[in-house]
Amino acid sequence: MRIHLSIPALLLLAAAAAAADKIELLNVSYDPTRKLYEEINAAFAATWKAEHGQEVVIKQSHGGSGKQARSVIDGLPADVVTLALAYDIDAIAEKGRLLPTDWQKKLPDNSAPYTSTIVFLVRKGNPKGIKDWDDLVKPGVSVITPNPKTSGGARWNYLAAWAYALKHNGQDEAKAKAFVTALYQNVPVLDSAARGSTMTFIQRGIGDVAITWENEAFLASRDMDVGACEIVVPSLSILAEPAVAVVEKGAKKRGTLAIAQAYLEFLYTEQGQEIAAKNYYRPRLASVAAKHAANFPTLELVTIDAVFGGWKKAQEQHFADGGVFDEIYKP
Amino acid sequence: MPLLLLKKTVLPGFGITLGFSVLYLSLLVLIPLAALVLKASGLTWEQFWTTVTRPQVVASYKLSFGAAFIAASINIVFGLLVAWVLVRYRFPGRKIIDALVDLPFALPTAVAGIALTALYAPNGWIGQWLVPLGIKAVFTPLGVVIALTFISLPFVVRTVQPVLEDLGKEVEEAAASLGANRWAIFRRVIFPEIWPALLTGFALAFARAVGEYGSVVFISGNLPMKTEITPLLIISQLEQYRYAEATAIAVVMLGASFVLLFAINALQRWTTRRRAM
Repeated sequence: MRIHLSIPALLLLAAAAAAADKIELLNVSYDPTRKLYEEINAAFAATWKAEHGQEVVIKQSHGGSGKQARSVIDGLPADVVTLALAYDIDAIAEKGRLLPTDWQKKLPDNSAPYTSTIVFLVRKGNPKGIKDWDDLVKPGVSVITPNPKTSGGARWNYLAAWAYALKHNGQDEAKAKAFVTALYQNVPVLDSAARGSTMTFIQRGIGDVAITWENEAFLASRDMDVGACEIVVPSLSILAEPAVAVVEKGAKKRGTLAIAQAYLEFLYTEQGQEIAAKNYYRPRLASVAAKHAANFPTLELVTIDAVFGGWKKAQEQHFADGGVFDEIYKP
Repeated sequence: MPLLLLKKTVLPGFGITLGFSVLYLSLLVLIPLAALVLKASGLTWEQFWTTVTRPQVVASYKLSFGAAFIAASINIVFGLLVAWVLVRYRFPGRKIIDALVDLPFALPTAVAGIALTALYAPNGWIGQWLVPLGIKAVFTPLGVVIALTFISLPFVVRTVQPVLEDLGKEVEEAAASLGANRWAIFRRVIFPEIWPALLTGFALAFARAVGEYGSVVFISGNLPMKTEITPLLIISQLEQYRYAEATAIAVVMLGASFVLLFAINALQRWTTRRRAM
């Protein structure tokens, strides 16, 4: 577990040491949200100070979503969790009993203030002519995606492919399985996490196409050698809803319940949504979404609830031991 | 052996130092290991058995133990060579090479994994020459062996080095004056001396390599049934919040490692005793 203190947070920390009236929050999040929450934290701290005259220091912890959830279950004193999958927060509710099991109803939009989706990253000029999921199962196309057994992001990738295959095969599960099997036969390496997978594609130069988070793809095509790769948006993908929740039991004990709640509600405000959009997360608020519409390509987005009956069922059927994913690799 | 305990030793403080050692080892090693076994015991015997004998898990044992064995074997040959060069010859830059040997100890394993993957990838410095030869290093079991060889090298060098240093030149000279050729000197004079240290080095290197995670996951490719190491499957169980199943696999790994290390120790004691006779 890495505790990451942003520079503004450090400065605040130093300032707060002098002021008596300060409060501390720990936000346990997953890997790609580092920059997003640095900005959110600074903005929220300023708002809170203006409204309540109280100094707030928000600490961030980042890592793989599942690992972060386990840290919270094992006692990391998180006030809020902002993770990649609702499934991971469910685990905190069920195994750790740190928040009610109906936590997802506490905030609007399934407690997911921003969304993302799964898109493709291809080599410059798209030499293999990849346009949609169908192109990923063609022989000779090498696909990069992480291992869904160890990476939350990889599960979204897998489910997006499955959803596409279902739709184009008249909801036939067997055909969807054959499609996804063919896709994974084109995968030469299953990195353990999403970040490693992006690195394999961009820095190792392995693969013709990488399946990745939309926000990661934007970051990759912006930060890395400009023009080394480009984004391809498939016709259909999955609506990824990274969820947020107050870890009520711990927050109550530390007396941070109210501010933790306010912190998460801040994500839904125009300012919070604007910051999310700037960091390539799709905003929920219609007015902000409209403003950034040009940045986010339109495509058919399906939800995990509609196609798979929720995370629990998807996990059970596809990713549990002996599930569909294991069968793909059965010799 | 039990008689020895009854005999008063001349050194003072036996009771308190032994007491402390036992306490220290218990806190640091035995209690965490006991917790591991306890956690795994949450499973019924049948659940335990199906968890640890799944084909995917069995394939990973073969890879983890096999690659660790190969890596440790490579290192007893080349580690000995490195130790030999460092002890027997004086040359400029010797101190630097000596310090380099410890680098795999100091380097965070993830950094090692990323560096090795970058080197051996098809577009890497070494990889670009291997691919035309038809050798695929990254994302194959070969890559796993490379990573494990890298991280376990210092164990062999550092255990053999002091023994080589203590080995007097006089015995070799005596052997030479008695008419032994160089090979005979190595085989009959030097090798028996360093053999126990080599075995220890092998055991340490092997034990380290079996449990290695950080560097391997980058270079192995993590393909089910092909290049998944056992520690990765433990992580994949944890990702499903199946703590008991994860510890079950860990217990099997631990048991197998213990048996192997015990066997190596026994072999070592047996060969030393045989020589003493």
